[in-house]
Amino acid sequence: MATLELDIAEDVVVSPARRSRKLGLLFWAAIGWLVFVLLVAILAPVLPLPSPTDMDMLERRGPISALHWLGTDALGRDEFARLIFGARISLTVGLFAPIIGLVIGGALGLLAGYFRGRFESFVVGSMDVLLAFPPLILALAVTAYLGQSILNLTCILGVLGIPAFMRVARASTLTLARREFVIAAQALGATHARIIIRELLPNVALPLLAFFLLGVAVTIVVEGALSFLGLGVPPPISSWGSMIGEGRESLEVAPMLAFIPAIAMFLTVLSFNLVGDTLRALTDPRQGAL
Amino acid sequence: MSGPALLTIEDVVVELPTPRGNLRAVDHVDLSLGAGRTLGIVGESGCGKTMLSRAILQLLPKKAKLSGRVIFDGQDLVRLNAEALRRLRARGIAVVFQDPMTSLNPVLTIGTQLVETLQEHLELDAAAARRRSAELLAAVGIPAPEQRLSQYPHQLSGGMRQRVAIAIALSCEPKLLIADEPTTALDVTIQAQILDLLAREQRRRHMAMILITHDLGVVAGRADEVAVMYAGRVVERAPTPALFKNMHMPYTAALLAAIPKIEAAPHTPLAAIPGRPPDQTRPLKGCSFAPRCRNVGDQCLRSKPALTTAETEGHCYACFHPLKISAGVSA
Repeated sequence: MATLELDIAEDVVVSPARRSRKLGLLFWAAIGWLVFVLLVAILAPVLPLPSPTDMDMLERRGPISALHWLGTDALGRDEFARLIFGARISLTVGLFAPIIGLVIGGALGLLAGYFRGRFESFVVGSMDVLLAFPPLILALAVTAYLGQSILNLTCILGVLGIPAFMRVARASTLTLARREFVIAAQALGATHARIIIRELLPNVALPLLAFFLLGVAVTIVVEGALSFLGLGVPPPISSWGSMIGEGRESLEVAPMLAFIPAIAMFLTVLSFNLVGDTLRALTDPRQGAL
Repeated sequence: MSGPALLTIEDVVVELPTPRGNLRAVDHVDLSLGAGRTLGIVGESGCGKTMLSRAILQLLPKKAKLSGRVIFDGQDLVRLNAEALRRLRARGIAVVFQDPMTSLNPVLTIGTQLVETLQEHLELDAAAARRRSAELLAAVGIPAPEQRLSQYPHQLSGGMRQRVAIAIALSCEPKLLIADEPTTALDVTIQAQILDLLAREQRRRHMAMILITHDLGVVAGRADEVAVMYAGRVVERAPTPALFKNMHMPYTAALLAAIPKIEAAPHTPLAAIPGRPPDQTRPLKGCSFAPRCRNVGDQCLRSKPALTTAETEGHCYACFHPLKISAGVSA
């Protein structure tokens, strides 16, 4: 699982960057931060960190020290370790939920945009239904019946992301499907599967990928909000959202406990947005010029 | 026409539903084309040339209604099921489009597009397909083909892109190449090169070609036979020399007259055809060219002229008041 995360991040970073264009310092700073967070999250179990769940009741809300780099929380747990283990949860949910949306939504959008007709109406209709359903109610219902777990949380957020991915994929497919290169491929006897996979998918992949990064950013925030509301990961597991939620209780005495995970989340979301925007800007003019 | 026909189109009608009613884009067209021959289809924008070519390919828009018969290589394409049609197309038909900007996949390299088509059709392994791709690019006149293989379409000029599109079309050794305005989007100096390239490859591969254009000048030296279309119908059809020697249809003459002439004095107004093509959702009772025709008579407004045979062999025209001009007067 951990290596899979790394692969995805590298794909996203490497392939567009190969197109040697000026990407700017901000872009590389964002990439640097993301790589750092990813590495730390992946390597968390082997890093010499104190346990994120061991409580030390004598050292509650302790200050920054050599032992506790970012102090301790209200239950005396090491804040730095919780932050890093929290990154694992936040990034896992933040990456895998959009992957569910990307795969299912992207496939539905491609098929709907290519085949049109009744299938398209059905897909668009069901997505509208899904969009009309209040997301928080869905999250509440699922966690109430199936229990609070990382898997359930990821699935809820993934399903909620499907309509948006479907729309992006369908919109790009619609503009491409009647292009002459598709007709030329059909004239040469290409099968539908071949046209969708080899002709359309590479074209749709770029905008989808850019949208995926924005989706990651949004999902991290939503996961934070759900954890803050107590619908996220079950304690004692930490995620950035649940850390902010726990920190709220001691906001007057130790504001740092809420702010540190908030800053981590802010930087990560900002980085994903920056990278996503840059990639979108890179793919846009090319689409426009054709 | 020599030899058995490779492609026969019989009584093809294409209707497109529009909010204002059915648009008859192709209206009872009969054509035939022998192996290795070239048929030029000429007409102004919206006269049904492209829809006719799509009808041959069976790649009409989904809502279009097609009737008639399109017999390619002994099989009626209209009646084939999707899979058989796909196999037949893979074996026999290729198409080159007007705009090489949109006829190549923008995000795949030239090499990927060629190699995949070759692997699909000729079942070559990757290395052989790559070699063959480079040969094809060289054959269509692209210098340094090996390096071009790793380039993207947007890195090539328009003429180059059209050459690549032709290479892809030729890659599966088609028996019939449909060239839909292959030079319209290109620079004039490139046009002749592309047309010569098409003619050369056609001769070499003994491939039949349908050359669709709005420019009579393009078909003049290159097509064996020319069909002039107007408002979805074929209004004149003749072997090319016969057509240019003795055109009968006033529309054909008007098309020819509309080509700018190099020997004309500067600022000579072009002999444009007055008016616009008829609204094809509201078919006229009479000849569809009547409202714009100089030779219009009462009969033209009352009934449609049928395609009748002229004195020369293979020359048909649909006109009640045919022209009797000879070459040199208008050309």
